[in-house]
Amino acid sequence: MSKERIQISEALYDIMPSDYQDLVKSATYGKEDRGWKDIGSSKELIEQHSLCAGCPESMAFRYILASLPNPEDTVMVGSTGCTSLVFPMVAVHNIHSLFGNQNAIASGLKRALSVRFPGRVKDVVVLAGDGATVDIGLDMTLQAWFRQEKFTTICFDNELYANTGGQESGLMQKGFVAKMAPVGKLFDKVRLPEIARESGCHYVVNCTVSKPSLVEKVIRNAVHVAREIGPTYLQLYTPCILEIGKNSMEGLQEMRDSEKPTERFAYKEYISEPAKQLLAELAAKDKERKAAAKQLAGQAQAN
Amino acid sequence: MADIKSVIGTQNKKGQTFTDPWKLLHEAPRTPSFFTGSEVIKEAIRRASCDVMIAYPITPQSEAAALIGELFAEGYVGDYFRGESEFAVMSQCAGAAFGGARVFTTTAGPGTMRAMENFPMWAGARLPIQMIVTCRGINSPLSIQPDTLEIAYLLNTGMLVWHAETAQDFFDWILKGYMVSEEPDVHLPLALCCDGFFVTHTKDVVNLTPADMCLPPYDPYRSPVPCMDMECPPVRMMRDPFVMKSNYISYATHASWQQEIWAAIERSRKHSIHWLNGLIDTENVDADIMIVTSGTAVSQGREAIRMLEDEGVRCGLVKVKTLRPWPEEEIREATKNAKHIFVPEFNVTGWLAKEIRATIPNPHRVHAGPHVCGGMTMPPEIIVSEIKTALGMKTFSLAGRGS
Repeated sequence: MSKERIQISEALYDIMPSDYQDLVKSATYGKEDRGWKDIGSSKELIEQHSLCAGCPESMAFRYILASLPNPEDTVMVGSTGCTSLVFPMVAVHNIHSLFGNQNAIASGLKRALSVRFPGRVKDVVVLAGDGATVDIGLDMTLQAWFRQEKFTTICFDNELYANTGGQESGLMQKGFVAKMAPVGKLFDKVRLPEIARESGCHYVVNCTVSKPSLVEKVIRNAVHVAREIGPTYLQLYTPCILEIGKNSMEGLQEMRDSEKPTERFAYKEYISEPAKQLLAELAAKDKERKAAAKQLAGQAQAN
Repeated sequence: MADIKSVIGTQNKKGQTFTDPWKLLHEAPRTPSFFTGSEVIKEAIRRASCDVMIAYPITPQSEAAALIGELFAEGYVGDYFRGESEFAVMSQCAGAAFGGARVFTTTAGPGTMRAMENFPMWAGARLPIQMIVTCRGINSPLSIQPDTLEIAYLLNTGMLVWHAETAQDFFDWILKGYMVSEEPDVHLPLALCCDGFFVTHTKDVVNLTPADMCLPPYDPYRSPVPCMDMECPPVRMMRDPFVMKSNYISYATHASWQQEIWAAIERSRKHSIHWLNGLIDTENVDADIMIVTSGTAVSQGREAIRMLEDEGVRCGLVKVKTLRPWPEEEIREATKNAKHIFVPEFNVTGWLAKEIRATIPNPHRVHAGPHVCGGMTMPPEIIVSEIKTALGMKTFSLAGRGS
């Protein structure tokens, strides 16, 4: 739990890129209570990205990377799409292989890491778009859940194929007119959160990324439950402002509008009984740790 | 991580001794055993120190894939499960190999075709996965019978492709395959092919190495690309992702990456020669007539040579062991005296004959045939008949062939 593995040899320090030097100096690998509040005061685990200006996906990426509980032992799996433009800039090991096979890759990866590092925590987190998760990769998404593979699946739901130019996807709303849906999409948005629950996921959340504190909470919960119990699924609304005709500054409002109680991204969660128990235990430990820290700080002040 | 050499002589949890691979394969005592090809695959994997095997049922590899499940239950394989399709299985294999595991899988025919998108990805990601291909028909109407057409599709994936003749080849080459594939200057996947049913479902005497000796484990830190396990620094691979860039640097990067894969196949040549004792085997290379082929067609060719000898016709043989790397120089040398080169094949297109024609001088010497396909057997008589017809000799009429 430290930055030990990324240290730079002194002789080579000055020729290393400054973003790597920054990672060594001030990234939060190994920090127990790391979270979105570290953004701005520490080196983030994402360098520049090549997404559109104001893209909510870039915000989501930053919050998620700030919130992973164990980035020094986390491997991420991506898929083809806008996310694959970002992963080369992410400072945790990550795999892109094909389009839609992310949950199959993660299944093999998690098992290999379990064989190779018995007794050690190695988290696996999948992060892919809705085309990859729900259309071309649905079979592998569901089968990984049926098998109770112990990793987290995050779907960046922008309700269309953004990277190829805004075509219809299974998570698009019914009636939306898009490329390949010239008269409007003819069937309902696929209800993947419900399907996830029925397929054996132990922690399922459907929400937007408008609130970093909420993203932090659900990421930590999802990773902890996946590590100890079984598959978890997060469906996060990251609207493609370009394809729905919004301006750079309008992404946040679009998410706020879509998370109202009657809207399709109103906060929804499902937590299995074993997961509830685990999260309660983790919350109790967290409380204990904070109380102890407070007491220690009080004592230090008194001395 | 432990140095591989330092584990030699120590034991794994099953009490097998990690043994120097060369000694295991060339010096350890061998026990003749009467096994099916599928059982031989299991016995090779018992000795291969595999971390992960992923299975899917498809004839004719189902038995081998299930037998490795038994090895897992006995504790010889680190993890094992049934995937949901060949496409998924090959991606699961990739995930496991990205995570630093020694990975094994098996497939056949339509499974190979369904999984095809994965193979250039395996090569491009430099994953030394070993995949057994027990070839069968891929045509419609549905066929489960032996047919080697699928090998043609594997030849340009960037994988190493070997073609075993017998169950003995299989046993030795599975173990040797890992040695070649895992070399840092190779580090490529291997498609180890055989002719389904003929090799998998027939029993043969195979000389096995001792069951209490096994290969040393795979060391993922000898890979030319980083292992995705967060045990080494998460380097930033590129400033901009190359995927979307339309500029010369992007094209040059992709081009050099592809060239490097094919260079790695070339570099596997020296290791393959070392382990397989040459990329080809030959008999009677001074003969005017040569049979050049791979897989079980080699066995049928040998029988045809014996039959021709009885009639006073001298004929030589080239057994092509590796299709990638392609033994260009070796085949040119072995066929330099030949006036006629016959290429018997178990497929309709004659892909091996095309490769040979593209390799040797005076390619008109190549007679692409005989061909059988769709599950037909290849009696040596039809090879004899093909040769005699080409030489203008009188030949008997084969039943049903209307000659």
